[in-house]
Amino acid sequence: MEVIAQSAASGLLLGLILALSAAGLALIWGVMDIVNFAHGDFLMLGMFVTFFAWSLLGLDPLVALPGVIITLALVGVVVYFAVIRPVLRGSVLAQIFATFGLGILLRGLAQFFFTPEFRQVGTTSVSGSVAVGPVYLGKPELVAATGAVVVSVLLFGLLNRTTVGTALRATAEDRVAAELMGIDTTRMFALAWAIGTGCVGAAAGLLAIYFPVFPDVGAVFGLLGFVTVALGGFGSIAGAMLAGVLIGVMTSVAGVVIDPAYKFAVAYALYLVVLVLRPRGLLGRG
Amino acid sequence: MAERLRSLRPRRVAGPAFALAIAIAYPFVFSSPVAVNIGVLVLLFALLGTAWNLLGGYAGQISFGHAVFFGTGAYASTLLLTKLGITPWVGMFAGAALAALVAVVAGLPTFRLAGHYFAIATIVVAEIARTVVRNTDAIGGARGLFLPILPTAAINYEFHETRMPYYFIALALLMSSLVVTVLVERRRVGYYLLAIREDATAARSVGVRVLRYKLAAAALSAALTALGGTFYAQYVLFIDADSVFPLSLSILIALVAILGGAGRTYGPLLGACLLIPLAEITRIQLGGTGRGTDLVIYGALIVLISVAQPGGLVALVDRLRRRLRAA
Repeated sequence: MEVIAQSAASGLLLGLILALSAAGLALIWGVMDIVNFAHGDFLMLGMFVTFFAWSLLGLDPLVALPGVIITLALVGVVVYFAVIRPVLRGSVLAQIFATFGLGILLRGLAQFFFTPEFRQVGTTSVSGSVAVGPVYLGKPELVAATGAVVVSVLLFGLLNRTTVGTALRATAEDRVAAELMGIDTTRMFALAWAIGTGCVGAAAGLLAIYFPVFPDVGAVFGLLGFVTVALGGFGSIAGAMLAGVLIGVMTSVAGVVIDPAYKFAVAYALYLVVLVLRPRGLLGRG
Repeated sequence: MAERLRSLRPRRVAGPAFALAIAIAYPFVFSSPVAVNIGVLVLLFALLGTAWNLLGGYAGQISFGHAVFFGTGAYASTLLLTKLGITPWVGMFAGAALAALVAVVAGLPTFRLAGHYFAIATIVVAEIARTVVRNTDAIGGARGLFLPILPTAAINYEFHETRMPYYFIALALLMSSLVVTVLVERRRVGYYLLAIREDATAARSVGVRVLRYKLAAAALSAALTALGGTFYAQYVLFIDADSVFPLSLSILIALVAILGGAGRTYGPLLGACLLIPLAEITRIQLGGTGRGTDLVIYGALIVLISVAQPGGLVALVDRLRRRLRAA
């Protein structure tokens, strides 16, 4: 029982980060109906930026976090104009493959420049663990999860309490109507990419506090990201976050209760079951 | 009858006949083991891409999980051989039938999903299958399966002295998949599939039984892919979950078809002719460094093509041909 509580707690902490990164994916998916199949590789990129900020500049991951977010947001805007905009009018196939190819390219570049070895941010401002009842929580994990909650709240504020956020949501709701209201949708798309990849950057920076960095790190997180967003429901950022936490806890508990080898298979199976029973996802509209 | 005669006009047969002549001559002209190996892989992936094309290109159901069918074919024929001593020539049809069944069982729930949801569902199904195969010790588990080394003989589907027989078996498999494609294309079912791709709701409203034809396309596509899986097992003589069920294989299969031109008869063949030698040569030249240079080239190429030529290589060939005719 204690083992299950322990794994549920650490799953929850990882799930909060997963939720933040999935929110970024859901934003892009919702605003312009494009799935960024390079999602996991953006996460990898953010983790490398965090790692090198620590190893080359001596910056603590928490100090470097705003810089990582801004870097990834800029990468997102560049990718939008260089790759996504040209394929917007193309077929769904072209769109899927443009981002898929981008992911492979990013992974290849990371391997080329950084080699496939594992790296770990060493000394950080937090270490050790605290006991909550029978459960021990690592301080780095706690700090990272808290950071994810803070950024998530900021994201919600941005989307729901500001004019820009309203314009973004309007674009997601109905592209043509938004244009008729005078919203520049090209700018909104670029902004969605900036905020979306910025969220991924935040998740990456927080994850890198305690998770090793290597070129393939995005593979599993990317796939979990798609599953999370689809599970949460198309266009629903709250749904993506709920699903992120759910998947974090479920995979972690399944790893203990069933078999570590099956922990991700359980999340994938959950995706299939939910979509068959409720094709619009947990909190999806429509 | 007139329709049939027209389809045999010299102009329509000349291109494929010429391509076939080149394919037959290739291993005699380039007879080094490396060159024949590349030829075999091109034909194998042309077969897999052509099979994918039936579901992904014509019916428009984008699958990133075709490794499931490939792996099913490889494991079914190999297990029948090692456990029951049944020749792979029979085993390959058992594998094809099993893969078709898997396609129908997996398709029943997932074909209700549209677009991205379907694509992600196919990835998820394939990853679950890979996890299960990898962790089931009764079928080799993480250690995989070695095929018994039998004397070179056509009946054993094993040839040790030269790779030439494998080359011609792959060519025969590819040609049968192309014949299937042409037959589907020219029959009513081909038009139904196109209608489903363009607008499933409209297709349903004029009486096309959408689910039934999606399932038929998936079963056919899966069966042809499984034949490729058996071929791979006999060619390499070792299989494990990570070599016949991985996501990267599923993506390569789809890529070959899309790069060449999805929904076009010879698109996947064209895609395989470009992509496979490129991947093999960069891997041989640069892959040994372990630095992923081949991945960089591969990824950059995909981005470039999807941005600059979304219709695939076939669209490029079409344009060149029109320009030549106009000149």
